[in-house]
Amino acid sequence: MDKSITLPPDEIFRNLENAKRFAIDIGGSLTKLAYYSTVQHKVAKVRSFDHTTKEATGDNLYEISVQEEVTARLHFIKFENAYIETCLDFVKDHLVNTETKVIKATGGGAHKFKELIERKLGLKVDKEDEMTCLIKGCNFVLRNIPHEAFVYAKHADSEFRFQTTQPDIFPYLLVNIGSGVSIVKVESEDKFERIGGSSIGGGTFWGLGALLTKTKRFDELLQLASKGQHTSVDMLVKDIYGGSYGSLGLTGDLIASSFGKSATADKEFSKEDMAKSLLHMISNDIGQLACLYAKLHNLSRVYFGGFFIRGHPVTMHTITYSINFFTKGEVQALFLRHEGYLGAIGAFLKGAEEDNPNQYSWGENYAGSSGLMSVSPDMNPMQRARSGTFDMLEMDRLEGKLVNLPLLQDASSYIPDTVDLTEDAHAREYWLYCFEEALDGVVKRAVASQPDMPEAAERAEKFRQKYRHKLQTLRHQPFAYGSLTVRSLLDTREHCLNEFNFPDPYSKIKQRENDMALKYYQKAVKCLDELSWEERQYALVRVELMDVICPVSSLVDCLLCSAGRPWLVDSYDQWFERLKGPPHKCAMFFVDNSGVDIILGVMPFVRELLSRGTEVVLASNSGPALNDVTNGELQILTESIAAMDPVIQAGLREDRLTLVQSGSSSPCLDLSRLDKVLAMVVRERKTDLVIIEGMGRAIHTNYYAMLRCESLKMAVIKNSWLADRLGGKLFSVVFKYEVPAPSQHSAALTPS
Amino acid sequence: MAFNGHQCDDESIDEDETPTKQPRSNKEMPGCFINEPKNEAAASAGRATSDRRTSNSTARQRSDSVKKTRPPFPWFGMDIGGTLVKLVYFEPKDITAEEEQEEVENLKSIRRYLTSNTAYGKTGIRDVHLELQDLTLCGRTGNLHFIRFPTHDLPAFLQMGRNKHFSSLHTTLCATGGGAYKFEADFRTMADLQLHKLDELDCLIRGVLYIDSVVSSGPSECYYFENPTDPDRCIQRPYTLENPYPLLLVNIGSGVSILAVYSESNYKRVTGTSLGGGTFLGLCCLLTGCSTFEEALEMASQGESTRVDKLVRDIYGGDYERFGLPGWAVASSFGNMMSKDKRESVSKEDLARATLVTITNNIGSITRMCALNENIERVVFVGNFLRVNTLSMKLLAYAMDYWSKGQLKALFLQHEGYFGAVGALLELLHPS
Repeated sequence: MDKSITLPPDEIFRNLENAKRFAIDIGGSLTKLAYYSTVQHKVAKVRSFDHTTKEATGDNLYEISVQEEVTARLHFIKFENAYIETCLDFVKDHLVNTETKVIKATGGGAHKFKELIERKLGLKVDKEDEMTCLIKGCNFVLRNIPHEAFVYAKHADSEFRFQTTQPDIFPYLLVNIGSGVSIVKVESEDKFERIGGSSIGGGTFWGLGALLTKTKRFDELLQLASKGQHTSVDMLVKDIYGGSYGSLGLTGDLIASSFGKSATADKEFSKEDMAKSLLHMISNDIGQLACLYAKLHNLSRVYFGGFFIRGHPVTMHTITYSINFFTKGEVQALFLRHEGYLGAIGAFLKGAEEDNPNQYSWGENYAGSSGLMSVSPDMNPMQRARSGTFDMLEMDRLEGKLVNLPLLQDASSYIPDTVDLTEDAHAREYWLYCFEEALDGVVKRAVASQPDMPEAAERAEKFRQKYRHKLQTLRHQPFAYGSLTVRSLLDTREHCLNEFNFPDPYSKIKQRENDMALKYYQKAVKCLDELSWEERQYALVRVELMDVICPVSSLVDCLLCSAGRPWLVDSYDQWFERLKGPPHKCAMFFVDNSGVDIILGVMPFVRELLSRGTEVVLASNSGPALNDVTNGELQILTESIAAMDPVIQAGLREDRLTLVQSGSSSPCLDLSRLDKVLAMVVRERKTDLVIIEGMGRAIHTNYYAMLRCESLKMAVIKNSWLADRLGGKLFSVVFKYEVPAPSQHSAALTPS
Repeated sequence: MAFNGHQCDDESIDEDETPTKQPRSNKEMPGCFINEPKNEAAASAGRATSDRRTSNSTARQRSDSVKKTRPPFPWFGMDIGGTLVKLVYFEPKDITAEEEQEEVENLKSIRRYLTSNTAYGKTGIRDVHLELQDLTLCGRTGNLHFIRFPTHDLPAFLQMGRNKHFSSLHTTLCATGGGAYKFEADFRTMADLQLHKLDELDCLIRGVLYIDSVVSSGPSECYYFENPTDPDRCIQRPYTLENPYPLLLVNIGSGVSILAVYSESNYKRVTGTSLGGGTFLGLCCLLTGCSTFEEALEMASQGESTRVDKLVRDIYGGDYERFGLPGWAVASSFGNMMSKDKRESVSKEDLARATLVTITNNIGSITRMCALNENIERVVFVGNFLRVNTLSMKLLAYAMDYWSKGQLKALFLQHEGYFGAVGALLELLHPS
């Protein structure tokens, strides 16, 4: 094996020392290796000081400790078959775990390499049915990876239009175009059926193409095809009719007979033209059959995969065209970002059934995954073959299973993000620039958060490189991880920080600010209590939107100040009118920052709601993100507030104030991926008001979210570009109170 | 012929081809063709129209009016396809002495030329075995001749028409097929002939129903293969096409059109594919260097497609039982040709055979899916791709039977590719 790996393999086969449950999918040209590992992570934990034992030193309410936490991760690595031996050697050398005895294998090449794998790894090869693996893998990515599926539109502003994750992924049709075509109807996790297929597939394109053009490689054939003109080889309607076949509505440019013009011995045709004609012939034929099957089985979701499709814009385009043509746009051809991994994922899942991977939700780790088209399809195929690039996918196990907020008006059309940067080039430009500019500050903060660790600076530097590289990738391939959004940029940064063991760079700052804000709590509450009811309702909104501490002397003036109204979005008057009415049954409050925001903004608001007789559920992040208050921190803060405030105390005691975790570690909020307990509480308590606050949760995401109950979205626009775009100024206020239309309201709280 | 998706990099779809599913309702009398001698009742060949056209109501012609409306000789029907021109010619045999005298020289000369030869020029051929004798049409008795020549030789045909002063006969030349549109101007300028253009699908259906109704003696027009799944016991059997509806009519010319026919005038084009006879011949020419359909078929008959195609057993060692796929089924057409060694070891005959099998099986699967979607159990395959092509017919018969577990029956007609031309002739005699 003369080929060597061009990337340092320890950055490819990561965490091998903890790896177990191997699976391998060997295709015609690519091998996909899968394994499960446990990752030691540093996580910041907060622990309340035991105030009875004078243990506490200084003013701190709680202590922060960095602990090792073990999380589960799935690794998938894709490489050219040529490297298989080198890779197996590497795996063998680094494999510590001795429990592993078998490796699940699938794919056409599994048989061919069986002996090599067994010899190199000393593991028994256990073969799994290819189609079963494919379907299992497909279900897994559709369920766990947001923006997994996309529509391909070659000439649109953004070629990739990602689909939102559907609450129910079944039923669907999977058209797998390998050397032949298999058409599989999938009805549930375990129920699928091969309803048909065709022998005219990728192998036909490749085999017939090689005969016609003397070109050996599949990629090269596609390249030829992309340069050709099929009209010199195909007989078109206009070649027969002279124009269109009007009475049937067939235009002159339609192909009447593929290769119809080559039925002659005395004409030469160019390789490019023949390849193009062949590509159209095969794509149209597959598209037609797929449509006939979709129609017969009444299915509208049709995913395409297999090596014919894999990462090739040319074939995605021709298949898309064909499906549009035959269904008049009624069915859309869908493609998958991780299509190449389906077999490996499925084989892995077959071997991991005892770990019950399907009882958890998994999240794509942006730091460890290569993203779509990590190898540019424009690259010359020969270069590509030799580049030895490795494509990776890493998925982290999330705590429990994530579900929809039951109050979403239509879960299937809910899109968390306000702006799709994949489509909005101007906004993309700005935000990429913005995140790049902010990088120095983030690095500094990361280093500062770990003063006792001398290598922190080095790690922070690695973080900088990694994140900068991600930003550069996204600049060129904004579609790499699904739709690019401010949320995905923020999340990618969090993933990268975690990757280099900066689990919570803001922990100390949050601690300081929390301690500080707590000192003002009683004064603020007292001040608010002295206001009239009307004044107080307004002041509560003001204070909620404030995140600096006002000197107490001017607090009242400050709170009652109505300068700047009407706000950028201002439905305060409607809200105020509503408050005169009966109290809400239960409010779900998605909170934002630590410090002033949560303690002096949210808590007084909560207090007022409780006093009105409304139950309150506070939803905070499960894990740290920026200076957002985490569930762990909020528990401690709430308790200490309860010690000062009988209203909060009573609320906790009577279970009218509850704390839940959101299931997320993002500065933004995806209402379609929330902790199961949260959803349960929403249902049980008959939640009829949802409050979302802060830029990340109420502006970058959920600004347009439609709920089946009343909702309040509050934020101050702290970014001048965004303020400008929304037609306001820096520090403009958004106060959006929405009431669903009556018919929908009555439907609220019926189980979705 | 049929039309499939054309793709062009710089454009989006502008038109689509699939007509809506709703069969047209037809309140007209189903037309019947009466061909007893002396009975001059004409057919009410309800003009079958596609969805986008309105159904014409057809007036039944009274027998006494036939003579008046009977067009002058010669009677031709023409179908100008992408590859072949099909011509049917009615030769009257009941010419009276008086008529004989009146008959102009040009007309006589054309009649003699066509009926005394079986080949015309370098490429024109009369299919003598298809000739229908003692046929009564519009009160006249005679023989119906079936002639074909390649579309690219149409200029020579026009030249002949000019030389024989065809235009002096003041006949209407009823023509269908795309060429009727494409070459209309050429007919006018080169031969001074005015074409009466007709829709090819209307003509096709009219022709099929007519021929099936008039052929009574000799080999049955319609036939099928008994025991299609057993090569040793597979035999051709006559079939009576009584109560033919609903019917799936698959016309395999250069491309393929699939029609669902509910009555004589109620039909729709379900779909089509561009992988048809033209594709078989086009690919064979490129792969083997042959130049005619006959050559290509001859090679195919001597080849072995299993050397070219990748079978299920090549991948799974036997049947893929989980999905009920037999080992002999083709998993990937031309799939073995991905390998360099195998490319070097196959013969031209093998390649021709694989091309034939690929195209035929593909038509079979699309047809089967259409039959399922339309809920039709009888399929009639026509078109010149099937001419002297028993291999494909048996493959289609096999595929229909096997994959439908005996639910679908594949039927074939003796006059394979001539129905469009016959339909055009009928239009001349009994305008709808």
